[in-house]
Amino acid sequence: MVKKRLIACLDVAGGRVVKGVRFQELREIGDPVELAARYSELGADEIVFLDVTATIEDRRPPIELVERAAAELTVPFTVGGGIGGVEDARALLRAGADKVAVNRAALEQAALIGELAGEFGSQAVVCAIDARDGEVVTHGARNPRGVAAVEWAQEAERRGAGEILLTSIDADGTREGYDLELTRAVASAVACPVIASGGAGCGRHLIEAFEAGAEAALVASIIHERPERIGELKRELEEAGWPTRR
Amino acid sequence: MRVAIADYGAGNVSSVAAALERAGAEPFLTIDPAAVLEAPLALVAGVGHVESAARGLAVTGLDDALRERAAAGRPVFGICVGMQLLFEESEEGGRGLGLLRGPVRRLHARRVPHMGWNELAVANGSTLLAGLDGVDAYFAHGYAAEPEAAALAATTDHDGPLAAAVELGAVGGVQFHPERSAAAGALLLRNLLAWSRSA
Repeated sequence: MVKKRLIACLDVAGGRVVKGVRFQELREIGDPVELAARYSELGADEIVFLDVTATIEDRRPPIELVERAAAELTVPFTVGGGIGGVEDARALLRAGADKVAVNRAALEQAALIGELAGEFGSQAVVCAIDARDGEVVTHGARNPRGVAAVEWAQEAERRGAGEILLTSIDADGTREGYDLELTRAVASAVACPVIASGGAGCGRHLIEAFEAGAEAALVASIIHERPERIGELKRELEEAGWPTRR
Repeated sequence: MRVAIADYGAGNVSSVAAALERAGAEPFLTIDPAAVLEAPLALVAGVGHVESAARGLAVTGLDDALRERAAAGRPVFGICVGMQLLFEESEEGGRGLGLLRGPVRRLHARRVPHMGWNELAVANGSTLLAGLDGVDAYFAHGYAAEPEAAALAATTDHDGPLAAAVELGAVGGVQFHPERSAAAGALLLRNLLAWSRSA
């Protein structure tokens, strides 16, 4: 049986890892590739790099960072943020990313997910969904999109997305637990894996996300603070009957 | 050892090359059929879509070079979609190299794609997979090859067994990603180099 995954998320702004609360108040933490390598050595099953300023400032994705990560990392990694079309995705995958995460562009270009899946395969296409009160939002939560997260997840899967990265904006950075209602609703509505994101504070929260149907759980704040927690979390998960990779 | 990586336009070849370097090989990316023919080991990597990958191999003429190698008993190895390309026909569309018998079919499981770390069950006596029984490797695929029993070197379980590795004569492949499977992947690549030397 495929193991549940603990995914370390690195929000990147201006080439450095940052972390905010509810997508605001960004503070700097370190070099993305160094941190990712450290986290994977400590047991992180996968890495996600999100360029949190790319969409807002309309910049292109960070190719140089991806090339460095591809050469250094021995676990899979996803890159998201600012991917506007097939050529952006091609450049990132070609530079060594295992998957690309699309968010706003997928909402605005109906054909994009299908084109990406047709070109690179569904396993390389992650649809990132930011949600508030069950509704899809974009631009760091500034824009509500008038569509339910569950419906958009189903539509994205139908178009060819191979994974859903589901972030609750209100839970993000709070350490009070994932939005389980949202996670359960989306995970039961799609067949592809769902990554729960936003709100991880302790092992219990990850266990709850897996019980709600998530295949993977994203962690950020709690491991930036103390990376050794990755190993502790994985032991806790294993004892609770949710083994991750050994 | 020099390893020719068929560079037919698919992603991720650079990650595979970096992992091979860590394993002590001298990989190079090429679209030259002659280079693919003469290298001690030829490798087909790639993520994505069997049909576009097969097209890429055909356009560059690498498909014939790989077939010629295999016919001469010189090692050919596929990773992920590259392993699926060793087979005959895919439900995803497109024809593979036909070096191994069997179809490539869409996975039927509760969660598709099969995404994440999963445990290998290795068939007795596989040199390629030596030391990897019970070890976790990273998978990311929605389709899987269905080889004959003789070619099956390892399975993993995703709502039923699926082919995780194949090995028949000088043709081998893995469905998982050794370049993204940490220590398990590094061991597989070292095994692969030893296997190629003795092939």
